[in-house]
Amino acid sequence: MSERFTKGMARNIYYGGSVFFFLIFLGLTFHTTKEMPKRDHRENITESVAKGKELWEENNCIGCHTLIGEGAYFAPELANVYIRRGGGDEAAFKGFLRGWMNAQPLNIPGRRQMPNFHLTDEEIDNLADFLKWTSEMDTNDWPPNDEG
Amino acid sequence: MNTLKFQSQAVAKPYFVFALILFVGQILFGLIMGLQYVVGDFLGGAIPFNVARMIHTNLLIVWLLFGFMGSAYYLVPEEAETELYSPKLAMALFWIFAAAGVATILGYLLVPYSTLAHYTFNDLWPTMGREFLEQPTITKIGIVVVALGFLFNLGMTILKGRKTAINMVLMTGLIGLAVFFLFAFYNPTNLALDKYFWWFVVHLWVEGVWELIMGAILAYVLIKITGVDREVIEKWLYVIIAMALITGILGTGHHFYWLTTPEYWQWIGSVFSALEPLPFFAMVLYAFNMVNRRRREHPNKAATLWALGTAVMAFLGAGVWGFLHTLAPVNYYTHGTQITAAHGHMAFYGAYAMIVMTIISYAMPKIRGIGEANCNRAQVWEMWGFWLMTVAMVFITLFLTGAGVLQVWLQRLPENGEALSFMATQDKLAIFYWLREAAGVVFLLGLIAYLMSFFITEKTAKA
Repeated sequence: MSERFTKGMARNIYYGGSVFFFLIFLGLTFHTTKEMPKRDHRENITESVAKGKELWEENNCIGCHTLIGEGAYFAPELANVYIRRGGGDEAAFKGFLRGWMNAQPLNIPGRRQMPNFHLTDEEIDNLADFLKWTSEMDTNDWPPNDEG
Repeated sequence: MNTLKFQSQAVAKPYFVFALILFVGQILFGLIMGLQYVVGDFLGGAIPFNVARMIHTNLLIVWLLFGFMGSAYYLVPEEAETELYSPKLAMALFWIFAAAGVATILGYLLVPYSTLAHYTFNDLWPTMGREFLEQPTITKIGIVVVALGFLFNLGMTILKGRKTAINMVLMTGLIGLAVFFLFAFYNPTNLALDKYFWWFVVHLWVEGVWELIMGAILAYVLIKITGVDREVIEKWLYVIIAMALITGILGTGHHFYWLTTPEYWQWIGSVFSALEPLPFFAMVLYAFNMVNRRRREHPNKAATLWALGTAVMAFLGAGVWGFLHTLAPVNYYTHGTQITAAHGHMAFYGAYAMIVMTIISYAMPKIRGIGEANCNRAQVWEMWGFWLMTVAMVFITLFLTGAGVLQVWLQRLPENGEALSFMATQDKLAIFYWLREAAGVVFLLGLIAYLMSFFITEKTAKA
């Protein structure tokens, strides 16, 4: 780099540039959090949805699955499992989820194993409500298809 | 023989040693998970995948933190030209952090996660069960306490000594690390908000303030091994980190494409994150330039190799592999596939694992009283470790990329009805996973060679 471009100038670009873009980032974050209620449908977060999220976290579901694409990549995406396995029907999905959770581990030799988390029927319904709410968020059309 | 400028620099030693022990654990759990990808029921009852994964990623984060802390304790006193404010505090924090880390890992291994959540009163302040932030709330509080003590100790050292650009940049990075970690305590019931601010920890760490830490460590090592004028190196450092933050802060937008967030993030995220490879490219030019313009022949060839290697691998892993899937129209199909895993592996290894091994390589011979460098034979072992681990990581990344491309092709691109299910797709990817596991075994061999280099001395070389 040329002699004319001094360390002081480089330092000023670093401090000025970082502060400037961080302020823009904060501004956009502020705007985004104002916009999100229209898209995340937080008005539909019931007590059961909240309990479902707690169960989701306390059983480390993210350790195998993805949820809106984030998590581990070992097991299926679950943000849209309500559509994939329940066809968008609440009773059908709850029935499916109870059957599925209680059948674990499937013990098929060589197949990836999902543990049994010993949840009560009510807890499985909480989880189902959480996943139903998640599937109804506006995620700009992600994922591309029902397979997640 | 005493080869340290300031005696308190020696507190870095336990940090480095413990970091490498955790690194071994990380790789072993990685191998278990890699096998579970193809032999699904391997150890399924004893170590379920989610536990192995949590240990693999948490050990990575914690060993890098130990590495960063060791680096800071080593280089800050020398840069400030004064002894560390309190070596005793540094040692006390070492034991607290090590004990908390070991207890947390044992908790993951020995009891079901929900039991651990229950024992640690997660219901009082739920922060657990989110990717990379799985630690019990009490452990997270412990991390904050350790970080505060650490920053206080370094801050007091710098205050009484010389304030070099390297020290200031390193401190900014470390303070940023501590500040952004505080978002780990914010876990709203609304998943969208939870995820949005979760990225304030995850993205603003690895694509933000950690780059300052990496840049500062690299600049320090380059000054030492090349003898190039500090003014030149520090100017480059500022340019690189300026680019890193200018692109990286708004680059966070590439995580906000599919998150109930406004569409403008697709533009902002794409444009700024497409520029994120630039600072890494500049880092490659700079590292090679400085080594070519060297004014002395430093006997520690291994440290030079690590310094060049970390620049190149960070550019490939973080820069090129990041760019591969960062544009919104591409990310729509690749988000959350094995392509993400490929990028994550090479980026973390290249940018962060390797920068820690760079300073360990430079500092350990001095801390151990060996001198400027290890004996030739030990350096040969170390360089074998470097090449085996690095080449293995290149192949791990290539195989995961292959798996990811095929996954996108089979599962993501086709329409409903034609797309293969997740599990059916995974079966088709088995060959890639087997090859990845084989590359993982080579990585372990490289790690063993690397660790062996610490035990090889002149005497055993003659024998």
